[in-house]
Amino acid sequence: MLVYLAKRLIMMIPLLIGITLISFVVIHLAPGEPTDMQTDLNPKSSVEMRDRLRQQYNLDKPLHVQYGLWLKQIATLDFGESFAQDHRPVLDKISERMPITIFINVLSIVVILAVAVPIGILSAVRRNSMFDRGTTIFVFLGFAMPSFWLALLLMDYFGVRLGLFPVAGLKSIGYDYMSPAQQLWDMARHLIMPVFVSAFGGLAGFSRYMRSNMLEVIRQDYILTARAKGLSERVVIYKHALRNALLPVITILGLSVPGLIGGSVIFETIFAIPGMGKLFYDGVMMRDYPLIMGILVIGAVLTLVGNLLADISYAMADPRIRKG
Amino acid sequence: MRFVLIALLFLLSACEQQQAVVPAEGEAAKPVHGDTFIEASIGEPNNLLPVLSSDSASSDINRLVYNGLIRYDKNLQLEGELAESWEISEDQLTITFHLRKNVTWHDGAPFTSADVLFTYQMYINPDVPTSYAEDFLQVARAEAPDPYTFRVTYKKPYAPALESWGTAIHPKHLLENEVNSKTITKSPLARSPIGTGPYTFFKWDAGEKVELLANPDYFEGQPYIHRVVYRVIPDTSTQFLELQSGGLDFMGLTPIQFKTQTDTPAFAGNFSKYRYLSFSYTYLGYNLTKPLFQDQRVRQAITYAINKQELIDGVLLGLGQAATGPYKPDTWVYNGKVKRYAFDPGKSRALLAEAGWTDSDGDGILDRGGDKLAFTIVTNQGNDLRSKTAEIIQRRLKEVGIVVEIRVVEWATFLKEFIFTGNFDATILGWSGGPEPDQYNIWHSSKTAPRELNFVKFKNQEVDDLLEKGRRTFDRAERKQIYDRFQEILAEEQPYTFLYVGEALPAVAKRFRGIEPSPAGITYNFIKWWVPKSEQKYAR
Repeated sequence: MLVYLAKRLIMMIPLLIGITLISFVVIHLAPGEPTDMQTDLNPKSSVEMRDRLRQQYNLDKPLHVQYGLWLKQIATLDFGESFAQDHRPVLDKISERMPITIFINVLSIVVILAVAVPIGILSAVRRNSMFDRGTTIFVFLGFAMPSFWLALLLMDYFGVRLGLFPVAGLKSIGYDYMSPAQQLWDMARHLIMPVFVSAFGGLAGFSRYMRSNMLEVIRQDYILTARAKGLSERVVIYKHALRNALLPVITILGLSVPGLIGGSVIFETIFAIPGMGKLFYDGVMMRDYPLIMGILVIGAVLTLVGNLLADISYAMADPRIRKG
Repeated sequence: MRFVLIALLFLLSACEQQQAVVPAEGEAAKPVHGDTFIEASIGEPNNLLPVLSSDSASSDINRLVYNGLIRYDKNLQLEGELAESWEISEDQLTITFHLRKNVTWHDGAPFTSADVLFTYQMYINPDVPTSYAEDFLQVARAEAPDPYTFRVTYKKPYAPALESWGTAIHPKHLLENEVNSKTITKSPLARSPIGTGPYTFFKWDAGEKVELLANPDYFEGQPYIHRVVYRVIPDTSTQFLELQSGGLDFMGLTPIQFKTQTDTPAFAGNFSKYRYLSFSYTYLGYNLTKPLFQDQRVRQAITYAINKQELIDGVLLGLGQAATGPYKPDTWVYNGKVKRYAFDPGKSRALLAEAGWTDSDGDGILDRGGDKLAFTIVTNQGNDLRSKTAEIIQRRLKEVGIVVEIRVVEWATFLKEFIFTGNFDATILGWSGGPEPDQYNIWHSSKTAPRELNFVKFKNQEVDDLLEKGRRTFDRAERKQIYDRFQEILAEEQPYTFLYVGEALPAVAKRFRGIEPSPAGITYNFIKWWVPKSEQKYAR
């Protein structure tokens, strides 16, 4: 097991370098540079000034030199300074956006699990019933509905017409003057619609996955044995079947680790939530290379770690894999 | 130069108020302090050091935190801000500013001419990554003979110079070390600015909002509105919903919002709408290096074939005016007597025939020597008004037998692959300007190098002379003559088809009093806006 772990860890290093190299080249292939955004079509800006800016950012050097410089920097865990006009360290920019993104994504995964798992189990047990069909329509509605559209409808109805929830943002204007309990309630009110919208779209995947797992498990011989022993249907389903059907969920959870920091541009834009998705999108639009690379590196590391964790925990949970 | 951006958003003119604000009885007379004003921007401000930033969110905030030496008043005349008065020397090379006394920075330090000199030196310092050095590079010598006098001498008379001193003045005592050690980009002032302006910086919640508080020591008196909040709301539909739900007090509306989505009694009860022409215009520019567009008759024919009023009605829902040149119709420099091209497909076809383009094979498309009359209009993605404009023009030109294709391209790619490489036939774009009429960078033949702004490669000796003379002349009457002739030439030659000037359409919550529409728009007197005690919404 330890040898296996060490091998996996060592393999990650060339993989990471490969990912960064490809990302670096692809980003630089896109036309336009960070300096263009500041100087182009600006009647008060001259060509000399643009060259001056390019020099300051090392953009006048050949690509492989730029990559070398970046790699050297990253080896000391220095993500560099953003090319945007705020010139802030990339790590600062990422770390102020990360908590809220992770928070919302964890909340929405919890909601998805809490709703999708029961739906999946029940539709498997009562296959082809009205409940199965009804929930299928419901979850696919969520899957198919554009999130920005749903968000705008909810905002118009609950925010403007009923005035129940705030339309967008994370805190009210008077947040700083509230008591801690009021602050908590204020945050919660702001989060209800965003979490609902992001969870609604994710229901379909999880519940269908759960349903098909469950269907497969129910057909197994040991379920037949359990029933033959005269166990109640409740115990058969929730004790013997469910445990086995939940195993693959570990893999999915492992795979969703990088997604936790991913965020979504559309959704964050609509709800005015300062998350990672918007940060990355703006970075790309500004051709803010250090920021883009920083987010990609963190994403790549998390993906690799997530995979590793999923494999390890799967092995721990399932003796067949551990021993085989 | 800050004014370009401010002009785009706020210095607007020819106001027409939609609904008169009726002051509550008894409260009309006496302005009181208090309440909060909330507006939104689609992007987070980049940097609150004006020398380093060029985005509109940052300039909106910096406008309240910093002062320039001079500014435009409500009638778009220059008036002193940090400067009490100024003199221009006989030879028009030297400007002497007499500064206000008793002005302090937000940290209590006194403001002196050393700060002005420092600001100038910072802008021209090659180690400071600013995009705004151009105006200041024209300066030959700057000096501060005493703490309240600042004198600047130019190499040649330079009329846009005065306007350029509207640039925010930066505090020397807080930035000097950073500039000397080349670490200006790491200055803490970028995130918590200290200026001399009517509002002081209070706090910045990254990605959420920036808050400013009224400066009790402001030299023109403490502003009435206690707090100003800039919320970051990237989506304009969300902004509009926030406005309706009371989460915003101010928003620039789109034509469709102005016309059809705000005519409810609820909206009219809570908001006042204003409209005035903005300092920007949209044009169809021709690449004059292409043989097709080198023929002036072809350019004129295309202008005749385009119905500008139809564009205004269709794209701007009537909220705009036809453009005839690079200046806004209600400014002193605008020449209303230039050649106009009323919509006339017949004349268009006649001109094209004169240029040799006829429909010889009867397929409805004009041709000459076997070539079809066809070209591509390229414009940038993300500007709905421009792509709609392109589609309407496409249909009108088809009627006179010209085939037009439209390409809509992402902004960076658009500039790099099409505009700056000269790899385009025609393009729909816009320029925004301000009260200063100098157009040297856009029309002078020396500005045709790659990445420079005369990318249609317009070259005309007389225009070159006029533009050079225009920026060396201070006398307004003389300048008027120069720029009148400049507009005549542009109207005759049609290097662009000047399409339309749009309108700014702000909506402001009704509880705000003291708004006086003027040629400069509405926000020029923001520090005099106030809310009656009984209507104040935010206690703190």
